[in-house]
Amino acid sequence: MKLHAHSKSRPYAKFASTCFAVMCGFCTVLSVLVLLVVLWNIFSYGWSALSWNFVTSWPSRFPAKSGIWSALIGSLYLIGVTAVVSVPVGVGAAIYLEEYAPPSRWRTLVQVNIANLAGVPSIVYGILGLGLFVRMMHLNRSVIAGGLTLSLVVLPIIILSAQESLRAVPSTIRQASYALGATRWQTIWHQLLPVALPGILTGVILSLSRALGEAAPLVVVGAATFVAFTPENLMTDEFSALPIQIFNWTEQPQKDFHQLAAAGIIVLLVVLISMNALAIILRQRFGKKVKW
Amino acid sequence: MSEAAPIPLRVTTPTVRQPAVARNVTELSERAKKVAAIDVDFFYGTHQALHGISLEVPENCVTALIGPSGCGKSTFLRCLNRMNDMIDETALKGQILLDGIDIYQRGTDVVELRKRVGMVFQKSNPFPKSIYENVAYGPRVAGIKKRAVLDEIVEKCLQQSALWDEVENRLDDSALQLSGGQQQRLCIARALATNPDVLLMDEPASALDPKSTAAIEDLIFELKSNYTIVIVTHNMQQAARVSDQTAFFYEGHLVEVGSTTDMFTNPGEKKTEDYITGRFG
Repeated sequence: MKLHAHSKSRPYAKFASTCFAVMCGFCTVLSVLVLLVVLWNIFSYGWSALSWNFVTSWPSRFPAKSGIWSALIGSLYLIGVTAVVSVPVGVGAAIYLEEYAPPSRWRTLVQVNIANLAGVPSIVYGILGLGLFVRMMHLNRSVIAGGLTLSLVVLPIIILSAQESLRAVPSTIRQASYALGATRWQTIWHQLLPVALPGILTGVILSLSRALGEAAPLVVVGAATFVAFTPENLMTDEFSALPIQIFNWTEQPQKDFHQLAAAGIIVLLVVLISMNALAIILRQRFGKKVKW
Repeated sequence: MSEAAPIPLRVTTPTVRQPAVARNVTELSERAKKVAAIDVDFFYGTHQALHGISLEVPENCVTALIGPSGCGKSTFLRCLNRMNDMIDETALKGQILLDGIDIYQRGTDVVELRKRVGMVFQKSNPFPKSIYENVAYGPRVAGIKKRAVLDEIVEKCLQQSALWDEVENRLDDSALQLSGGQQQRLCIARALATNPDVLLMDEPASALDPKSTAAIEDLIFELKSNYTIVIVTHNMQQAARVSDQTAFFYEGHLVEVGSTTDMFTNPGEKKTEDYITGRFG
């Protein structure tokens, strides 16, 4: 009763609180709804075109024979190269900036630049990749050139998220470790990285997911839209990728190809969801080392 | 002046820095000097936090550092194992000797120093790992790998810190599931595991309930036969109960140092008397 009396004395507070809750709920429903509409659209359109045959076939002029195999493999290779390059470099840079670099103008400059680079449109990296990897380093239009370009796209995001995770480790843990006679390396390896790992992994997966969906830089670097083989030599062979293939199909005049595009999107979504699942498994496995 | 005097904003450098040592030429001064600070100035950037501190810490004694907040006692404590090195733009002038060797001289191995001078922090800060791993961390980073040796160290240190009976059967549980008092005793056990000579304690009981505080104080009393202990405390009774020597800091100056009994019954400086009797601070 007393509670009731209290709320009566400030009727607007309660009303405002309810309004806010309703508004937040509405926002949630709205975003989920949009996602559901998109998914429904894609699935209703592409489901009939989706088959094991579609996944394992090469692209073709005939929609009925066309498949996504070369693009799928190309994308997996690309993500592999991107991960191998960007994760160690990104996490290493984050550790240096957070734990080693003394505060200086130089560090601030680097920091600001990284934050800016994270916002640079990916097509700019495509142009850089074309000039640097394809032309100057003579890597041709290969998986390596594409993967390196995508690494450039995601590196700033990986660095920033890894820095954020390292910074979130309580400073008391650092102090305790140093006070016990641990070296910097031992402190980083035994205390900071295990605690920061879930955050780092989340950043890595989010940025690799972004790389998986990127089409623009690959177009510039020169990913092919019609490849009837999987790249055997990562340094020389041409490659395709899922977003490129999907984009190409949506450009075709025949309606059947549009269905294939929708089916391709479903495949892309499945790959993304598997990557996220992998991240959750990894996080739980490594998370056992830390006992909060 | 005996009336509650207004807290002075500034205090001039006391003319007599160590009267108590001169007055009390008994047991304390006869003991070996484990740690000796000689004319130590300490700076955070341009702010000078310590002014010409000279203080000797006798072996196997408990030395209490007392004084109001911001007087520099914690800063001084952190100079003794060079934890201030971790703060950017700090500088120290003067010498701090550990067994006669200056720990601030060029080429000092800070990692080795911190193994010899352990530290317990104000807020208990166990690692987010198991109880066992917390204690074993120090020996591990020192290169001990044999499980049997580690087991032995862990048991010995947990027994020394009077925690063994409570955690014996759950060494693999997270250290963060322990109560506040248990966590602090775990941190003491962890500090003991590197087998230090000196143990620094920065208000180790300030966040604990009276019962846990009593446990920590008993523990300090036990430990001093094997270790040289320097403890920062805000609690006058605690300083009186646990320490053999007391040093009173005020605004970055060491006002007075002497045997605890002397300091509390017959302080040499007016300032000390005012602080100890609770007139300020």
